[in-house]
Amino acid sequence: MTMITIMAILFLGGIAAWLSDRWHQDLPRWVSLLSCLLAGVVLTPMLFVQPEQMLLLDGVSSTWLEYVNYQWIPRFGIAFIFAMDGLGLLMVALTIFLGFVAVISSWDEITFRTGFFQFNLMWTLAGVVGVFISLDLFLFFFFWEIMLIPMYLLIAIWGHENKSYASMKFFLFTQASGMLLLVAILALVLANAEETGIYTFNYFMLLGHALDSDLAYLLMWGFFLAFVVKLPGFPFHPWLPDAHTQAPTAASVLLAGILLKTGAYGLIRFTVPLFPEAAVRIADFAMLLGVLGILYGALLAFAQADFKRLVAYSSVSHMGFVLLGIYAWTELSIQGAVMQMVAHGLSTAALFMIAGALQHRLHTRDMTAMGGLWQAMPRMGAITMFFIIASLGMPGLGNFVGEFLVLLGAFQVNKLMTIAATLGLVAGAVYALIAMQRVFQGEPGDLLNAKRQDLPDFGMKELLAMIPLMLGLLWLGVYPQPVFDLVDPVLASLYELTTNQTNWVGSDP
Amino acid sequence: MTTGLTGTDLLALSPFITLTGVILVLMMAIAFARHLGLTCLIAALGLLVTLANILWVAIFVDPQLVTPLIIVDPYALLFSGLIVIASFFICLLAYNYHQQRGGHQEEFTLLLLLATLGGVTLAHSAHFGSFILGLELLGISLYAMISYPTQGLLSLEAALKYLILSGVSSAFILFGIAFLFATTGTLSFAEMADANINPTAVQGGVQGGVQGSVQGSESLRLYMLIGGSMILAGVGFKLSLVPFHMWTPDVYEGAPAPTTAFLATVSKGGIFAVLLRFFVSVDGYQYQTILDGLFWVALLSIFLGNLLAVMQSNIKRLLAYSSIAHLGYLMVAFLAAAEIGGRQLAIEASLVFLIAYFTTTVGAFGVVCIMSRKLAARDTDQLPDYEGLFWNRPLLAAFFAAMLLSLAGIPLTLGFIGKFYIFAVAVDSELWALLVAVIIGSAIGLFYYLRVIFTMTKRSSVTEGIAIPKAGGWSLVAVTLILIGLGVYPAPVIEWVSAIARTIS
Repeated sequence: MTMITIMAILFLGGIAAWLSDRWHQDLPRWVSLLSCLLAGVVLTPMLFVQPEQMLLLDGVSSTWLEYVNYQWIPRFGIAFIFAMDGLGLLMVALTIFLGFVAVISSWDEITFRTGFFQFNLMWTLAGVVGVFISLDLFLFFFFWEIMLIPMYLLIAIWGHENKSYASMKFFLFTQASGMLLLVAILALVLANAEETGIYTFNYFMLLGHALDSDLAYLLMWGFFLAFVVKLPGFPFHPWLPDAHTQAPTAASVLLAGILLKTGAYGLIRFTVPLFPEAAVRIADFAMLLGVLGILYGALLAFAQADFKRLVAYSSVSHMGFVLLGIYAWTELSIQGAVMQMVAHGLSTAALFMIAGALQHRLHTRDMTAMGGLWQAMPRMGAITMFFIIASLGMPGLGNFVGEFLVLLGAFQVNKLMTIAATLGLVAGAVYALIAMQRVFQGEPGDLLNAKRQDLPDFGMKELLAMIPLMLGLLWLGVYPQPVFDLVDPVLASLYELTTNQTNWVGSDP
Repeated sequence: MTTGLTGTDLLALSPFITLTGVILVLMMAIAFARHLGLTCLIAALGLLVTLANILWVAIFVDPQLVTPLIIVDPYALLFSGLIVIASFFICLLAYNYHQQRGGHQEEFTLLLLLATLGGVTLAHSAHFGSFILGLELLGISLYAMISYPTQGLLSLEAALKYLILSGVSSAFILFGIAFLFATTGTLSFAEMADANINPTAVQGGVQGGVQGSVQGSESLRLYMLIGGSMILAGVGFKLSLVPFHMWTPDVYEGAPAPTTAFLATVSKGGIFAVLLRFFVSVDGYQYQTILDGLFWVALLSIFLGNLLAVMQSNIKRLLAYSSIAHLGYLMVAFLAAAEIGGRQLAIEASLVFLIAYFTTTVGAFGVVCIMSRKLAARDTDQLPDYEGLFWNRPLLAAFFAAMLLSLAGIPLTLGFIGKFYIFAVAVDSELWALLVAVIIGSAIGLFYYLRVIFTMTKRSSVTEGIAIPKAGGWSLVAVTLILIGLGVYPAPVIEWVSAIARTIS
């Protein structure tokens, strides 16, 4: 029931926020803040479920914490299946936490139609949570598409100067690739029906069915492309810099923090387990895409003058590690990929909030006009320094754990690519530190001199969002074991499932 | 078949009788007292009674052929129900549309009901006689509805265009029917099917001079092919499929918004009902040439419809091109029925897709109706006219957005279920080229639907002061509830439609 309650809180909270606009401008924010908190409270007990309390499915102990199944469209064997395991739980927790951060980041920035804004925010969260817990492929696709609409509206209505172009590009990229996913899902279901005689979209029933290997290979591409566009992997990333740059802060936080993760999640949960053999066939290619993404993202991040674009390209680079880790498919590298997903979610959300705060105060994102801002806003400077360091992979913070594990795992599989990917860490340090230098250090720019009087430092509200993010990264960096405990059983079972069917390169010790 | 009508025949025909009765009552009412509200009330109530009657027949009367002309079966009743529901909502919207225009607006409702009767006849026809009857009843009412004197020259031009092209297409259809008749000696679909399967059996029935030229089944097939192609060309006009689509944008733009809604739904739905029934019963799918032709028609409709829609800045023209594309999607399901194995699913897909298309189209044009209540030279159909609608009339904009998202096939709406079916049959029947076209077409489609939504979210005061009338407003509420309700929980409709598809495949 936890899952349904959370979905209900988010969907209804969104509607309540919209309606509350009628009474007072400020009310919607409180409504959605409370919805996020409430959803968090409802979720918390799940985090303490012990392994022996996990569900039995078909009489066999499983890694699932919760499972519901209702009939929906019996004609096609479509059911309303929500299920949550450690991986899903981690992703849902991240979603709700970043939702909370996003609401705070929109607090002062959004003054136009706050009710509808919060509605879209909540529905995006609800859609994403739906993606993380749907284990019926039709239902999964349903949410996969639903989360796009409110996100599109967030960018199209509250975005910056070039919002029309950016929101359209975002929608077209993700939707067009989504249609490939739909075709692949349908073909999978029909191929399965031809063999077994029943239509079903049930993940558990489709899993582990040996398809004709050429067909599986084709279908795998449908899944792969949809998820890699969302990730985004090189060369499917062009939507990302525009969407991130033009989006309002809260939308950027959600986009970078959780929407990108749905792509990675899809690869781990669906693409590889459903088509393990086909995944082996493209593993090298996918890893190459990952490495190219790491290097290309870093290179372009270095060349940006727009602070938000820089963070956006750094996302391309960081998500390259995730792709590399997933397709190396060793236990270490998948663990690393999951850790990187969480850590990147936290650090990038914070960087986008900082970018939003800068734009709110300076009305520009152009780094060449900034400089010396530390003098005026020391708290903001220090916090930015923290996240910049986290982002470049300093040991002791979450991102390091993720990237290091990915590299460690991938090294067993392909040394050359791993070495190339490591260069990304160096490049990361370069662009991150240069950004820090341009914005907060150096000679005070004209902008600072002109506006010195009205540059408020981070206040209570911002700190309320920033401090949990910092603590989170620190915790992930120093003591990541709880996260591994949560996801390890899931990853191990997926790993076992896939390597039983194939000879993954990575299965060699 | 006995010549006289029996009691059960009359019961089976009762929806026709009810609808005709309503038309007569309406005619008398207008003759005695000109009152727009009263006229529309009678018509709307009459349509509801007809709908109840259709439901009653569907539940209590066994499927049967009433005279060789009319067939009463679940398939026909489904289409009749759809047509009557669409007419009901259009009637209410037309009431609001005409309210502030003055002049003699009552006859519009009368024409609407006559055209509805034509549509219902089409849905029930099992014979070329009733087909032509329905087609002309529908078409002739439409000429008057398109040119109805609510606005300026634009609608006259549209009506003239429709008159000429529709006349030409009717001529094509008649000529095609003549070929089929000459070959098979019958106008009934069922008898034609027998003749088609067993060509030698009809030699006796073949008439006069043609008999000499018919030499064996090869030349018989040729006549059937020519006749079938001519009928398809004529039907292609009415369904506005490429390359017979030229009239669509101009007529959509020129006609009053309620007429456009009617033209886009009832007219196309009724004709598609006959086309599908005819094709399935005579197994037109055995002619590879026709299938090849339809393949290109579908492909071009999808591409041209979507590409040209991108360039429009007029909502009605945009919806016109988008409807060309949607009929193209529908033809994919139509073609998927070619193989016996996939036929049932394909028919089911066309029916579900049409239900979605009806709902969405009535809703979308309904918004245009409500936006265009002022007497003006043209409807409020320019894209900039909709700026800021989201903020000034949030509910109206939300309805419109829901319709557009449904056209784009986004989940939570019925349009998604329709699109899902099209994908499913295309994969099932392995129509890969068409599937790729549908994917590309949908991606292009997103672009222009989103542009309209984006326009509505602009911060502007253009749309201030638009009032939402009661009748039209509640119609839109109902249509939107159907759209979203069935989009979220389509199981009942799917079960029902798949049972119907089983009966005719």
